Amino acid sequence: MSLKKVAQNQPKDFKFSKENLVVAEKILKKYPEGKKKSAVMPLLYLAQRQNQNWIPLAAMKYIAKYLSINYINVYEVATFYSMYNLSPVGKYFVQVCTTSPCLIRGADKLVKICKEKISEKENKVTEDGRCSWTEVECLGACVSAPMMQVNNDYYEDLDEKNTVKIIDSFMNDKPLKPGSYRGRKNTAPERNKDYKGDKHA
Amino acid sequence: MLKDENKIFKNLYNDLGWDLDSSLKRDDWKNTKEIISKGRDWIIDEVKKSELRGRGGAGFSTGLKWSFAPKKVGTRPHYLVINADESEPGTCKDRDILRFEPQKLIEGCLVAGFAVNAHSCYIYIRGEYYNEGQRLQEAIDQAYKKNFLGKNACDTGWDFDIHIHFGAGAYICGEETALLESIEGNKGQPRLKPPFPALVGLYGCPTIVNNVETVAVVPTILRRGAKWFASLGKPKNTGTKIFCISGNVNHPCNVEEEMGVPLKDLIEKHAGGVVGGWDNLLAVIPGGSSMPLLPKKVCDTLRMDFDTLIENKSGLGTAGVVVINKDQDILKCMTRIARFYKHESCGQCTPCREGSGWMWRILKRISNGDANISDVNLLADVTKQIEGHTICAFGEGSAWPVQGLLRHFRKEIEKKCAGDPIIKKKIDVPYLVDQHLLEKDNA
Repeated sequence: MSLKKVAQNQPKDFKFSKENLVVAEKILKKYPEGKKKSAVMPLLYLAQRQNQNWIPLAAMKYIAKYLSINYINVYEVATFYSMYNLSPVGKYFVQVCTTSPCLIRGADKLVKICKEKISEKENKVTEDGRCSWTEVECLGACVSAPMMQVNNDYYEDLDEKNTVKIIDSFMNDKPLKPGSYRGRKNTAPERNKDYKGDKHA
Repeated sequence: MLKDENKIFKNLYNDLGWDLDSSLKRDDWKNTKEIISKGRDWIIDEVKKSELRGRGGAGFSTGLKWSFAPKKVGTRPHYLVINADESEPGTCKDRDILRFEPQKLIEGCLVAGFAVNAHSCYIYIRGEYYNEGQRLQEAIDQAYKKNFLGKNACDTGWDFDIHIHFGAGAYICGEETALLESIEGNKGQPRLKPPFPALVGLYGCPTIVNNVETVAVVPTILRRGAKWFASLGKPKNTGTKIFCISGNVNHPCNVEEEMGVPLKDLIEKHAGGVVGGWDNLLAVIPGGSSMPLLPKKVCDTLRMDFDTLIENKSGLGTAGVVVINKDQDILKCMTRIARFYKHESCGQCTPCREGSGWMWRILKRISNGDANISDVNLLADVTKQIEGHTICAFGEGSAWPVQGLLRHFRKEIEKKCAGDPIIKKKIDVPYLVDQHLLEKDNA
């Protein structure tokens, strides 16, 4: 199990915005009657998206009331799953996959670049609030290793040079495009047969 | 090599377009009505005859699983749940199906839903696949527009709805009962079996849980006949499978191949060979990280199917082939896998919760050169204490890779364990405290 810490500075209040209340109603309709509790995960996502990509305790209390379930039921779900951020993250939240298939293709070099460029410690947001980074477990893009996820997008087939470029682009708030950085099509085998595969990070 | 005409997933790399109109050209939804009009028993029988085995890891007969669903709907509705919580290190096949062949999955859901008497279906996608989930939602919306889903879906007289539920980064939710818990809005902790989900599953109702790839191949099997599917591969290991070849190969890729394809062909013909040549191969993890690794001498002649791999004390699992060459430190690599399992254990059963961390700490000690020879036996003992003593198969999944390492690389490990006993040297080694967590101030 992973250790998760709740942020020190918590906002007092949380409410879904008008638009999100409509979305929340739609989410509830996906589940059978009397099974409102199922909506706790999508609603936590909704709260996270509304609140700069992290969930304050007030939001958990609000969702508990909204679904008429106990606060602890929301709290235990929010702390169990690793994708719910319980403390603030950067506008660009860089998640580097470091599980074995990525590791043997040089994921540790990506981590080193993040340490140099963003912050020495994981989950520490830069002063301008633009970036923070963390190591994560397998992101399910192993044939495109090494790779990292930034917010919702996958940056694949990286090496050191373009990782530096990509991180710089976030620091300057002009994000580069996601996708493969080796110019191949999705997960297809390399069509340029002379390409040597040892050019990864 | 598999002929192009026998490939099921023709758009695996998005050469032909993912949208509904393009997939209609690839024969999706061609005669769904006709297939469904042949009835429930015919569908289940045909899937049984094709000898299709589940593609999610365990390799259980799909037709048999469907036949476990009660024949008649009682007071409780039936559910179909699709497992798209693909998190096994080394595996990324479902992602391509979600992105580029969504209609195959949706059509498969309708057929499978009809076969098990389910009117609603939940697709559980891992939270990290946000874009893939949006893509699938778009595809579902397109299908609704054409009346392929909804009331009287595809003119078959069967009402069918599909909903997407996103996970949130928990590997354990790939276990079917943990997945059901997660949809119900709880922590993803597996349930005791029996009762099996086929009788008591989602919301206490009969539920069939299938992998994405399993369901996506069903329409093609029914269209082209069970005989065609059974003619590919080997008896009891039939059909085609998407292999994900990653790690130290020249051209890592996803590729659809016949079951029982030689591993060497897979690596040399599709993935451009091992970096540094075949002789530079050290070991291969054949089926995602929870399957024991195999050394080069086994790999030379190995065929990739469920039964052959079990004979070699490993497993096909999800067919995520991770190639490791001699430039890598095998111990470091396996230590990282042990850390993965430590991180992902749900914490419900003590042997797994404590044991996975214990294995990781011992392996870390060994790869740092701080261990002594008794640690090797201790490690072997811990793996045996976890295996078979947990509610779900996660225990085996975390213990097997370490057992595989010990089976094939014991000499290398023992060489590294020359250190004096810890108490004598008073090395500051984390024994009970999890140093990895303490180091993180703001984890």
